[in-house]
Amino acid sequence: MAKHLMCELSVPGRVGFRFPDLDVPSTSLPEGLVRDELPLPELAEVDVVRYFTRLSQLNHGIDIGFYPLGSCTMKYNPKINEETARIPGFANLHPLQPIETAQGALALMYHLQEWLKEISGFSGVSLQPAAGAHGELTGVLIIRAYHRSRGDTNRTKILIPDSAHGTNPATSAMSGLQVVELQSDARGNVDLEALREHCDDTLAGLMLTNPNTLGLFDENVVEVNRMVHEAGGLVYGDGANMNALLGIVRLGDLGFDILHYNLHKTFSTPHGGGGPGSGPVAVSAELVDFLPDPVVGIIEEESPESDLPPLYGFVTPPQTIGRVKAFQGHFGMFVRAYTYIRMHGADGLRQVSEYAVLNANYLMARLKDAYHIPYERVCMHEFVVEGRWSDAPDIHALDISKRLMDFNFHPPTNYFPLIVHESLMIEPTETESKENLDAFVEAMIKIAEEAKHNPEVLKNAPHNTPFGRLDEVKAAKELVLCCIPEYA
Amino acid sequence: MFTPHTQADREAMLQTIGIDRIEDLFNDVPAEHRFPELNLPPALTELEVFTELKDIAWANDSARELISFLGAGAYNHYTPAVVDAILRRGEFYTAYTPYQPEISQGTLQAIFEYQSMVAGLTGMDVSNASHYDGATAVAEAVNMAYHNFRGKRPKVVLSPAVHPQYRATVRTYTHDSEIILTGDEGEVDLSTGPEALIPLIDETTGLVVVAYPDFFGRIYDFTDFAQAVHDAGALLAISVNPMALGLLKPPGDFGADIVTGEGQSLGIPLSYGGPYLGLFATKQKYVRKMAGRLAGETVDNRGQRAYVLTLTAREQHIRRERATSNICTNQGLLALAATVYMSLLGKQGLRQVSELCYHKAHYAAERISGINGYDLWSQQPFFNEFVIRCPRPAQQVFDHLLEHNVLAGYTLGKDYPGLEDHLLIAVTEMNSQEDIEWLVAALEEVSNG
Repeated sequence: MAKHLMCELSVPGRVGFRFPDLDVPSTSLPEGLVRDELPLPELAEVDVVRYFTRLSQLNHGIDIGFYPLGSCTMKYNPKINEETARIPGFANLHPLQPIETAQGALALMYHLQEWLKEISGFSGVSLQPAAGAHGELTGVLIIRAYHRSRGDTNRTKILIPDSAHGTNPATSAMSGLQVVELQSDARGNVDLEALREHCDDTLAGLMLTNPNTLGLFDENVVEVNRMVHEAGGLVYGDGANMNALLGIVRLGDLGFDILHYNLHKTFSTPHGGGGPGSGPVAVSAELVDFLPDPVVGIIEEESPESDLPPLYGFVTPPQTIGRVKAFQGHFGMFVRAYTYIRMHGADGLRQVSEYAVLNANYLMARLKDAYHIPYERVCMHEFVVEGRWSDAPDIHALDISKRLMDFNFHPPTNYFPLIVHESLMIEPTETESKENLDAFVEAMIKIAEEAKHNPEVLKNAPHNTPFGRLDEVKAAKELVLCCIPEYA
Repeated sequence: MFTPHTQADREAMLQTIGIDRIEDLFNDVPAEHRFPELNLPPALTELEVFTELKDIAWANDSARELISFLGAGAYNHYTPAVVDAILRRGEFYTAYTPYQPEISQGTLQAIFEYQSMVAGLTGMDVSNASHYDGATAVAEAVNMAYHNFRGKRPKVVLSPAVHPQYRATVRTYTHDSEIILTGDEGEVDLSTGPEALIPLIDETTGLVVVAYPDFFGRIYDFTDFAQAVHDAGALLAISVNPMALGLLKPPGDFGADIVTGEGQSLGIPLSYGGPYLGLFATKQKYVRKMAGRLAGETVDNRGQRAYVLTLTAREQHIRRERATSNICTNQGLLALAATVYMSLLGKQGLRQVSELCYHKAHYAAERISGINGYDLWSQQPFFNEFVIRCPRPAQQVFDHLLEHNVLAGYTLGKDYPGLEDHLLIAVTEMNSQEDIEWLVAALEEVSNG
């Protein structure tokens, strides 16, 4: 049944849902503006439920098994998050209600802002950005606004290391900056010599992912930040990899000026099959006035005499870059992240990062004989291996990825970062047990053997999944992007 | 709890790594900044956190406890139980972007269904897999038009009747670009229709953006307007509330080049403003200019029809700094919600709920405009939202009605100077006749008081 589309299953006259009858007199419909046909399916409720249930069974998710997709932090998503976000007092709250009727939601947002400031050592937070890439855009717009406010209009160059998160270059270009790629040195750090060459009065800033996409903590990070500041630039931290740093180090303490969080990675809000994300942005004291509009603040302080709590409300930062979306952010994700942080406390969060890093180093130690590891250092929450061997010349990272599916594992991120050949970026997260990691290692070692002795089994993989490899060229060439409905 | 490690596991793992203590894994972190004490409240158990959050939520008066006529871009609709039952399947919500199609056909086929339904609903050729919300979808349309004309038509005419927060978002996105925004600044006559924008459209204009229904609820036939936009060589983007399209002519019939919209009406909870769903559809000829993910049909090596993310060469992770947008994730789970909602309601159900909104709103408008001192601000046809001129400042009326547990609507003065006495009232299938009579009675009381 899942092989059919809705438009093929539709039967004229079938009804899936009924609303109550109209309880007021009707009005004539607007002349010339009523549509002739509505191309939607006609199915009974049970048909719809079975259709989507069957579809769901074709997916791999964290609830099914290990999902070591590097830089995506596919950790277990606690079920309680889904309950708290659906509490009717949150789920049915209109974004434009008067603040007096939304004090609970505003208090929650205020506390989440405070916690996100504390966790990374910053002075201000906006929860508004909708996702990581959106947080990046916000951060870069703040960099531009900051320089502009100082009359420093010459600064149009942004440096992005070749080990940075993939969206950084497109983000910078969107905000009109010229992107200069910075090489990594032999240890996977920012190359200080290359950096020095670019530290001049055209430098707007540096976008630094730390730990970077090699999973390495930059050993010179304080020096890197100092050099950028000395040249008058700002340092933007991409928080995609914050899962390594909770209670370990605060990026604000290391001289970062801006950081975006990914609540859907670090703080366990579900990835939803590709969104919604949530990308709050934290900034240093100097940049608080530029945050996007609005942020949550205290409008009236707590009154000791009357026993009244503070009144929370929206505040427009004086030099704000403006709104980056409608309303006040992905509130449903804020409730989930609040739940998660509240259930961990400071010690629990530190333990999250410790175990995330422990798991990654354990996997790396167990895989290093079978796979080449280009940067052999202690890694943070993830690491990169090469998916190639000189004695298996036809095998690529993609083949390893596809073969892993036969063992019920989601493959790692492949072909990123670009600076490692045939890269496989592996992020186990803290929620996997030693047994799961061991099973993954065994599959990886078996695949490495197969690559040399039975490469065909990799080239044709996957075998045990409901679908085999897809013809991507056909998809792009024929470009069928929707069901052509043949509704009666 | 969420980490399965036992003491024995830890020791065995450390031994394999070849270190003594977990702390030794962090030697690359500058010592003076390592292991800061975080000042966070102490950890709670699930039972405690659930209680705490219910207490916090108690401090809100939600749209269900109040009688709500508040819309202005987010609407109180009923979500059938089926929608959340599907959304709660871990196979959907704990998956990520379907990079590996062999084990992601559920998500991919659902996106394909979503694209089909959005294209059908809007009357366009193709839809992407969604943007963040209605506001950023407009910003992406502006961006797309700018790149379509390779920067040669940098002017964008924005109707002042596009949602104020959408226009503000577009301003933020374009602040550091060559794009020039016009049409909604200075003294504008809000009582006129889209034809008032035509004199602003010239040979440097790349895009004109209007809303349908507009922020004031009004609906227009844009056929002639689209012709005028096209005659000037520009593109037309129409920002929609998809609920209205259950009843009304789709923008594709008018000749729109891009349709954007806020998909929240399609089964997504209000949730204090998000996460919502940015609709984005266009004509076939612009498909390669459109940002965002796309699922396309193909076959697998066993001959089965299957779906895959396609035209990825347009996207940020391939084109890097030459990409026109940095969008990465879409609103996957919300797109799924809208797909389940549209599938379940289907041809008849969506038309029914759309008509309920229309008729109830018109009944409310007629009743209110019959009260002494209250007038309907515009005679233009509308969908489920309309503007009422009140006998005193709208904020006073609103405050008075809140005492009667009514959210009377949206006070327009903060966005539109000159409309301080005006209230934007939304009516949906959630409002019974009794609710409407209660609103009318309370408004009468203000009028007499």
